[in-house]
Amino acid sequence: MTTTEDRVESPKGEIGSARRRKEDQRLITGRTKWTDNIQLPGMLHLAMVRSPFAHARISGIDTAAAKGATGVVAVLTGADVKDIQGGLPNAWTIGPDQKTPNHPSIAVDRVAFAGEVVAVVVARSAAAARDATELVDVDYEELPAAVELKAAAADEALAHPDLGTNISGVWTFDSAEAGTGGSADEAIAAARADGIVVEREYRQQRLIPAFMEPRSVVCDPTGEQMTVWSSTQVPHFLRVFIAACMGIPESKVRVIAPDVGGGFGGKLQVVPEEFIAVLAARHTGRPCKYTETRSESLVSGHHGRDQWQRLTLAATKDGTVTALKVDLLADMGAYLGLVTPFVPMLGALMYNAIYKFPAYHFSCTNVLTNKTWTDAYRGAGRPEATYAIERLMDELAVEVGADPLEIREKNWIRADEFPFATVAGVTYDSGNYEAATARAKDLFDYDGLRREQAERRERKDPVQLGIGISTFTEMCGLAPSRWMGEQHYAAGGWEHATIRMLPTGKVEVITGTSPHGQGHETSWSQIVADRLGVPFEDVEVLHGDTAIATRGLDTYGSRSLVVGGQALVMAADRVIEKAKPVAAHMLEASADDIEFAAGAFTVRGTDSRKTLAEVVWETFTSHDLPDGVEPTLDAGATFDPVDFSFPHGTHLCAAEVDTETGQVALRSYVSVDDIGVIINPLIVAGQIHGGIAQGVAQALWEEAVYDEQGTLVTGSFVDYTLPTAADLISFTNDNTVSPSTTNDLGAKGVGEAGCIASTPAVVNAIVDALRPLGVNDVRMPCTPERVWEAIRSAGASAGGGASGGPLPHFDEGAANQDMPEAEQKGADR
Amino acid sequence: MSRISVRVDGVSYSDEVEPRTLLVHYLREQLGKTGTVVGCDTSNCGACTVHLDGHSVKSCNVLAVQADGHEVTTIEGLAQDGQLHPMQQAFHECHALQCGYCTPGMIMQAIDVLHENPHPSEEEIREGLEGNLCRCTGYQNIVRAVQQVAGATSEGGAQS
Repeated sequence: MTTTEDRVESPKGEIGSARRRKEDQRLITGRTKWTDNIQLPGMLHLAMVRSPFAHARISGIDTAAAKGATGVVAVLTGADVKDIQGGLPNAWTIGPDQKTPNHPSIAVDRVAFAGEVVAVVVARSAAAARDATELVDVDYEELPAAVELKAAAADEALAHPDLGTNISGVWTFDSAEAGTGGSADEAIAAARADGIVVEREYRQQRLIPAFMEPRSVVCDPTGEQMTVWSSTQVPHFLRVFIAACMGIPESKVRVIAPDVGGGFGGKLQVVPEEFIAVLAARHTGRPCKYTETRSESLVSGHHGRDQWQRLTLAATKDGTVTALKVDLLADMGAYLGLVTPFVPMLGALMYNAIYKFPAYHFSCTNVLTNKTWTDAYRGAGRPEATYAIERLMDELAVEVGADPLEIREKNWIRADEFPFATVAGVTYDSGNYEAATARAKDLFDYDGLRREQAERRERKDPVQLGIGISTFTEMCGLAPSRWMGEQHYAAGGWEHATIRMLPTGKVEVITGTSPHGQGHETSWSQIVADRLGVPFEDVEVLHGDTAIATRGLDTYGSRSLVVGGQALVMAADRVIEKAKPVAAHMLEASADDIEFAAGAFTVRGTDSRKTLAEVVWETFTSHDLPDGVEPTLDAGATFDPVDFSFPHGTHLCAAEVDTETGQVALRSYVSVDDIGVIINPLIVAGQIHGGIAQGVAQALWEEAVYDEQGTLVTGSFVDYTLPTAADLISFTNDNTVSPSTTNDLGAKGVGEAGCIASTPAVVNAIVDALRPLGVNDVRMPCTPERVWEAIRSAGASAGGGASGGPLPHFDEGAANQDMPEAEQKGADR
Repeated sequence: MSRISVRVDGVSYSDEVEPRTLLVHYLREQLGKTGTVVGCDTSNCGACTVHLDGHSVKSCNVLAVQADGHEVTTIEGLAQDGQLHPMQQAFHECHALQCGYCTPGMIMQAIDVLHENPHPSEEEIREGLEGNLCRCTGYQNIVRAVQQVAGATSEGGAQS
């Protein structure tokens, strides 16, 4: 295939250049390796029988008819595999007292959510397997189900009766106890007497990651090593947990993540279907494949968010913040997945955000329910934190009577105050909130839009204009291993890279990260090209196969560049260090006098030079190496980060709200993100676009809705409404740069930024538009019905969060804690 | 079983298929045309979009037997003589794909949008792509790619 010039002008080399992606050629021509594409000789296909009930005892399963169907090789039930299936892993607990339900891959005698697998049909074709699932006869005795989160927290029905409670655990942080700040309670009491107290309760609705490629797994048990291909973000995790949970020697397992079609945290999981494919392959001795339908994906792939947030912000009368208190109720769903219980805590360090709170208290109660389990979804804990604080800062501005940007600036960390130790106990290495905000205001025409808003309010335009602000920060780069150990995580947070110098001068880069759309093959090539002075085209990036990328901790939490990229830089530097004695020998000079730049070694103060390719060839032949020099330049490095990185930015959203219909239309959206040094601006813009779209979708459209029985009502793309091209607008994006000091690249991470920032920007815009009508909250997603209802009932919800007095919002029947009728009846929507 | 004769990406095939076989499953499983993918089971996502006699269809929404006697073009048949189709090239240049799973369907639909309306506005492009879901890109660069092929100057349009 011919392509036009792929290189865009860059003054300083590859880093910073808008390289077109290497990955694209196969993806735009259909030469793809999705897991479901795999066909192996003798391959069998799996189809799942899933529970239609949220909570039920399995009193009997009759598989005789299914086993007799044409093409069916086997039918497996929980009873068949209960002694060998092990349990699915929960790698991140919130402490030793956590209550953790057992999680079999095939339910044995009880199901805990609608969609749980109760039997598996193994057949010659996918169609035959699916047909035979209809013949499996399961007898269920329904049990009371814990569905709605607050009812579940009160133990009205038990999700797992053997645990005796639905409370899985409680996690707290207090700045006074930690020595990172004062007492939040004291500061709030002081503000009640003489200051401002803003109290709100917000709902983080349940979302579904909805990656475009449905999950798929193939297990080939033939050969000495069992090979598992899976549409996963975490092939290394999968290998470890197949070994640890199923009792199979790790050395007998090879896991490959081929082309993976998106993840967004949804494929940061070890799932029942992966273990089931292993069980079926070992049972039949033949390769087995399972590919989920979209409907199965929505009901059984993990969900995200789903929290109630009770929030108290205290400030002085002039709007200087004095304390923040956060009390969360988090819905775990029926089981604790890989990192389920800790997801809310990933936000715990971020509620204080960019503001100088002198006191902070955080508490989260994890609750088990009979719904699909939750786990990481793009941002994982930080979008919830950012939403809460950015909504509250707007409320504080209203209380003070100040512009919401002014109130933020009054409280944020100034550029000259970095590095800054926060009240949550972490240190922000770099940032410049003034610069990002100034640029965003400029691009947005903030003052012009405020004037238009005033004019439309003045003439009582039925379509009101709202301006939403989100001056967010987040934390990237999971994570210092020592910190993860302190947080009861089962693994570390390092990352590995190896560079192989091939005899002909080409370079193979092996990374332990596992991209699934992020373009690592391109940006990793750019880094290596700059570091080693080799052509971009000569670098090949390999990943996602545990037999090739033997060490790695995979891709999530915006960690790949800041952790894996740094490992790559270190490996490249080691290649050069290993090459120096060889070059010195070739140049008949002392190694101390050898300098390396732009792909060549020179002797200081002379014209003598050898290219890296020449040194590589010399090392390959090894005919004349100095004594004691190892005949290879290949080098690896494993990097354990010393700290997180903290991207930030200012997002501004203008929304038009039709006060007669409740319809919200995005008018303009500006983002200015400081993600540190940018490797590839094209890829960065793409990440920001997609992230903003997902955050906007939480604000306006998406919600996983369950009925009173615990059935997922939004179980297909007809009802779980992802945004289409026609729903969105083109965003305006720019960047400011304050390099991170936690890695040599100066990078901060960008994968989740847009998604974290945009949700509060949109909802703040809607509330801002409706504030003169007495509206101070609209529950997400802000559908026309909810917006219209908020306007209609505005009188009741106006004026909330005033200073002093009792806690009106936590009193029964008060605004902001009203549940819609459906929920009061037990539904969770 | 029914016998069908169909021309796919310039090659003629004659096959026995179950009457219930969807075109997308025929393409993927019988012809090995795995460039075309399945993303949902309710014909919402458009990942499986191909051209049937030159017009875009969701191949999960067409039975294989309905393609009997017709011509199908998939993403794998777009490039000619080693030259990418301009829409493929534009997707690459505009970074209109990330994970790439929706891309085959999106490209096939984008071509059809311009076939129907060679010089669409941004809004018309967005409406033309409404039946194809992408979770990665926010659609912004997809719209730009279509605009690039159309040679359209953006009308109130794509910034950044």
